[in-house]
Amino acid sequence: MRALEPWVAAPLQTFIDESSARLILLMTTSGQVVAQHGFSRSVEVMTAAALGAAIVASTEELARVMGTQRFAALVHGGNRLSCMLSSFGTPRGRWIGLVVFGSETSVGIVQLFFDQMVEELVIAAPKEQPQRQPLPETFEDELNASLKELFGR
Amino acid sequence: MIPADTALERVTQVPGIKGSLLISGSDGLVVAERLMDGIDGRAIAALAASLVQRLDRATNGAGMRAPTFVHLRGTGGSVLAAPGRGDLVLVAVATVDANLGLARVKMLDAVSQLA
Repeated sequence: MRALEPWVAAPLQTFIDESSARLILLMTTSGQVVAQHGFSRSVEVMTAAALGAAIVASTEELARVMGTQRFAALVHGGNRLSCMLSSFGTPRGRWIGLVVFGSETSVGIVQLFFDQMVEELVIAAPKEQPQRQPLPETFEDELNASLKELFGR
Repeated sequence: MIPADTALERVTQVPGIKGSLLISGSDGLVVAERLMDGIDGRAIAALAASLVQRLDRATNGAGMRAPTFVHLRGTGGSVLAAPGRGDLVLVAVATVDANLGLARVKMLDAVSQLA
């Protein structure tokens, strides 16, 4: 498990331990990765993040067209693997969780402990926002450092 | 054959039963529930389904048949589960002084008659 922000690590690790999920991706609604578990290649993470963010954006737009509130979660059930996508609010804005799990667990367990993780993240999130600079000079170095932090290389 | 609501009603009428649920065993999701306030049906469904699934695997691994009734006893009460046909599991939450024998009979009877 790797997280860009240290306060995310403990709630995420608890979720990993309790849910037995195989792959987990936490990202912003724009597809920026915050933390990941189980992925071994950066290209897989970037692809999954982009697709996950796009799916959530599509379902939120669908909800808007239907005149209803955003959907709490989207579950794709499969024979071998299933996938859950859920967006949630944090003090750092809306985030998306993408969870891939197998037959060793169930969608009920994953949803239960995912909701618990969200509650813990909301409590653990630092109240002050980090200063944002639009593409600083060190952007490339910071991006490489983030990728290294996420994949350990 | 009886509908789910009737099955849940029969079980919750037993003294000391705080609520009952019909859950999907593979998904751990609530199909129908009849619970007292303050009981988190979603959590019970997810955890009871996981328990039944694991016990099923354990008994299969030991070369035995799948359990027909599960009784998880704690210091503050019990969780009872009766796997039915297909994927459904009837679950009940009981207090420490509940009539567990009667609850067991009612649950096994109800789960065998579920429509």
